[in-house]
Amino acid sequence: MSTTTSTPTSTSSGTQASTQASTQATIDPDAVRRLTTEELDRFGEELDAIRQRVIADLGEADASYIREVVRRQRQLEVAGRALMYLPPAWPLAVAALSISKILDNMEIGHNVMHGQYDWMGDPGLNSRMYEWDNVCPSDQWKHSHNYIHHTYTNILGKDRDIGYGILRMDEDQKWHPYYLGNPVYAFLLMIFFEWGVAMHDLEVENIVSGKRKVSENKALHAGIMRKVKRQAIKDYLLFPALTGPLFPLTFAGNATANLVRNIWAFNIIFCGHFPAGVATFSEEECEDESRGQWYYRQLLGSANITGGKLFHVMTGNLSHQIEHHLFPDLPARRYPEIAEEVRDICERYGLPYNTGPLGKQLFSVAKKICRMALPDRKPAPASEPDAAVRPVAAA
Amino acid sequence: MSTTDAPAMRSGQPLALGQRLLRSRVLAALASPHGVDRYLEQVNPMWAAHEVRAKVVDVHREVDVPGHPPVATITLQPTSTWRGHRAGQHVQLGVEVHGARRTTRVFTVSSPDSRHGDRFTITLRANPDGVVSRFLVEEATPGTIVHLSQAEGDFVLPDRVPEHVLFLSGGSGITPVMSMLRSLQRRTHRGRVTFVHYAQSPEHQIFADELDRVRRSGDGIDVHLLHPELGDPNLSPAFLERLVPGYRDVPTWACGPAPLIEAVQAAYDGSEALRVEYFKPPRVADAGTAEGSVAFSRSGKEAPNTGASLLEQAEALGLKPEFGCRMGICFSCTSRKSEGTVRNVLTGEESSLPDEDIRICVSAPVGDCVVDV
Repeated sequence: MSTTTSTPTSTSSGTQASTQASTQATIDPDAVRRLTTEELDRFGEELDAIRQRVIADLGEADASYIREVVRRQRQLEVAGRALMYLPPAWPLAVAALSISKILDNMEIGHNVMHGQYDWMGDPGLNSRMYEWDNVCPSDQWKHSHNYIHHTYTNILGKDRDIGYGILRMDEDQKWHPYYLGNPVYAFLLMIFFEWGVAMHDLEVENIVSGKRKVSENKALHAGIMRKVKRQAIKDYLLFPALTGPLFPLTFAGNATANLVRNIWAFNIIFCGHFPAGVATFSEEECEDESRGQWYYRQLLGSANITGGKLFHVMTGNLSHQIEHHLFPDLPARRYPEIAEEVRDICERYGLPYNTGPLGKQLFSVAKKICRMALPDRKPAPASEPDAAVRPVAAA
Repeated sequence: MSTTDAPAMRSGQPLALGQRLLRSRVLAALASPHGVDRYLEQVNPMWAAHEVRAKVVDVHREVDVPGHPPVATITLQPTSTWRGHRAGQHVQLGVEVHGARRTTRVFTVSSPDSRHGDRFTITLRANPDGVVSRFLVEEATPGTIVHLSQAEGDFVLPDRVPEHVLFLSGGSGITPVMSMLRSLQRRTHRGRVTFVHYAQSPEHQIFADELDRVRRSGDGIDVHLLHPELGDPNLSPAFLERLVPGYRDVPTWACGPAPLIEAVQAAYDGSEALRVEYFKPPRVADAGTAEGSVAFSRSGKEAPNTGASLLEQAEALGLKPEFGCRMGICFSCTSRKSEGTVRNVLTGEESSLPDEDIRICVSAPVGDCVVDV
C-alpha cells in the first residue's frame, strides 16, 4: 500500500498529490508526491546502496574520529571539574562541563548506543555497554528510542516521541483542554529534559489513561532510581564536596551544566521531527511496509538543520536527522557526505527534503507548539479539502 | 627464549595501595558512568584499574621456514591488573588491526607460571587466514598495545605435581606443555617427565634449542621430538607402551591438532589420567545452504539449521529472546555468538569471528553455530 500523510484533509485529496514539492523548510505534507510501488522499490534500493557502500568503507578514519571526540569530551570533563576550584573561572568550568555533557550525550552516547561503532569491537564504544552522563538508564532509552521511535517513526499511536505523551504536536492528536498548557509543558520539558527522557519509558500517559499498570513499571523504576542515584551522587554530592568550601558554587555549576545540556538537547531534538512540513502517518497506512516505504516514511518524517561543522558535532549530527533516520546505525560523521546523495535522490523522485537554519526550524517548532495548544479551527474532520484550514500548511 | 622474572617489588606495597585507590568506590562514583579505566586509558594505555592490557616488549621468530607460516614468541608486559597465570592456561588477546576493528583470539601462554603484573610470553603460528596471529607475528612491534582477558582454562598442572608426568603435543600445541615444562624446571621438580612432540620436520621444531638443552641437562626429562613425515613412528598404543610402559596410568597432558588428539584419546581408552586440549576448527558451509545445527547455549536448545534468521530459529524452538524492530536497526536483539559463521541477510556479509555480538534478527547461520540465547 502507498504511504500518505494523514492529516484530516488529506483523506479526500487526490489532486494535491501532483503538486511539486519544494525543498524549503515549509513543506505542505499533503502535497508530497506519492511514489508508485516500483518507484518505492527503486528508491529503497538506491538508499540501500548508499548504506552498503558506507559499511564497506568503515575503518580507521571513523575509528579515530570517534576516539578523538571521546578524548576531547574526557578532557573537557576533567577541565570542567578542575576549574570549579577556581571561583573566577566558574563560567569557564560550567562551559567546559556543559560541552562535555553535550558531547557525551549526543555525538558519543546517542550514536554509540545506536550501534554505530559496534563494528569496532571496542567495549568502550559498544551499544550494549555504553552508559551516558544522563539520568536516563541507557537500556531504557535504547528501547524507547532505538526500537519504538526509530522503527515506528511518526506513526501516530505508535511513535511515543510525537509529543512524548505530554505535548500535542500533531492535529491528529485529539484536542483536550489539557493541551492549553502546551507551551508551558514544552518549556518545562526543556528545563527538565533529561528527567523527561528518563521517565519516557514509564509511559505515564498510558497509566493515566488506564492502558498500562503501575506494576509493569517496577523494574523500570528500579533502573531509573539506580541511575539517578549515581548521577546525583556524582554531580550534587561528591564533586561539590571535593571542592570543600566551594560546595555551593560547584553544586550550582554542575546543575547549570546539566541545565545547559537539557536546553540544547531539547532544542536540537525538537527540530528533528516537529518543524512544519514534517509528515505523520497512521498505523493502517504503515502495515506491511516495504523497505522502500519505510525509507519514504523516515525521509518525510524528519527534518534537518543547516550549520557549520562544529555545530553538526555539537548536535551529535542530529542536524542530519533525515540521514540519521534513514541509516540510524551508520557512524554519524558520515551523514554530511551521505546528505548530498540523499538530496540528489529526493530531487530525482520529486520528494521534499526538509532543512533550514536553526532559528527558522526552532521558530517553526515553537509556532506548532502554540498552535496545537488550541483546538483546531474546524472541529469536525473536514470532508472537503480546503487549504486555508490546514494549520500546518497555512504556515 | 627465556622469560623475564619480574622484580618482586612489582607486587609490593606502593602499587597495591595505588591499585586499591584506583578500585575504590569513591573513584568509581566520581568516574560514573564511564568507569575509571575510560579516563586512565586517555593518559596512558598501561594504566588500568580493572581492564587488562599489555605492551608488546619483544617479537622473536621461533621458526621461519620459507613457504610456511612463521612462528613467533611475543613477550608481553601486562598492566598491573594482570593476576598472573598457571602453566597451561590461555588468554584472550585483542588487537586493533589498522587502528579500527578490534579482533580477539585465544592464545596459550608459553612462559612458566606468572604472578601479578609479571611479564609473560605467548607463542603462535601466523595462520595465513588469521587476522590476529598474522598481525602479532608480522606487524606488531615493541610498544604495540594489545587487550587481554585474565588467564583462563583448566588445562593446568595440579599444585602437587605427580611423580611421573607425560606431555604429548603436536605442532603449535607445544605451547601449553612448554609452559608446564618450564614451570616444572623452575619449581625444580624432582620427578620424571616424558616430553613427546610431533612436528613436520626438525626445521619446524618450535623451541628446538631450548629442548635440546633440556634433553642434555640430565634433569630426568626425556625429550622425544618426532617427525612422522621423515619416518618417525606415528602415535599408537604400541609406540606409547614402548616409550612409557603402563602409560594409561601416567598423568598425561596432550595438546595439538584434532587428528593427534583423536589418536591420543583412542590410545588412552577413557583413562582418567589423560587431559587434553585442542582448538576446534570451525566448519563452514556454502552461502545460501542450510547445513549444520544451531545451538542456543543459554537455554541448552539445539536444532538443525533451517536457514532462517537466528531470531526466528530461536523462536521456532519456543525461546523468547529480546527483540525490537526485527529489521536490524534497533540492536535490541544483539546476542553473543560464540562459535560458527553467520550471514547478514541484509548485506550478505559473512562473519566467522568467535565471541562476536550479532543482531540475531538479521543474521542467519551458515553451518554450525552457537549463540548465547
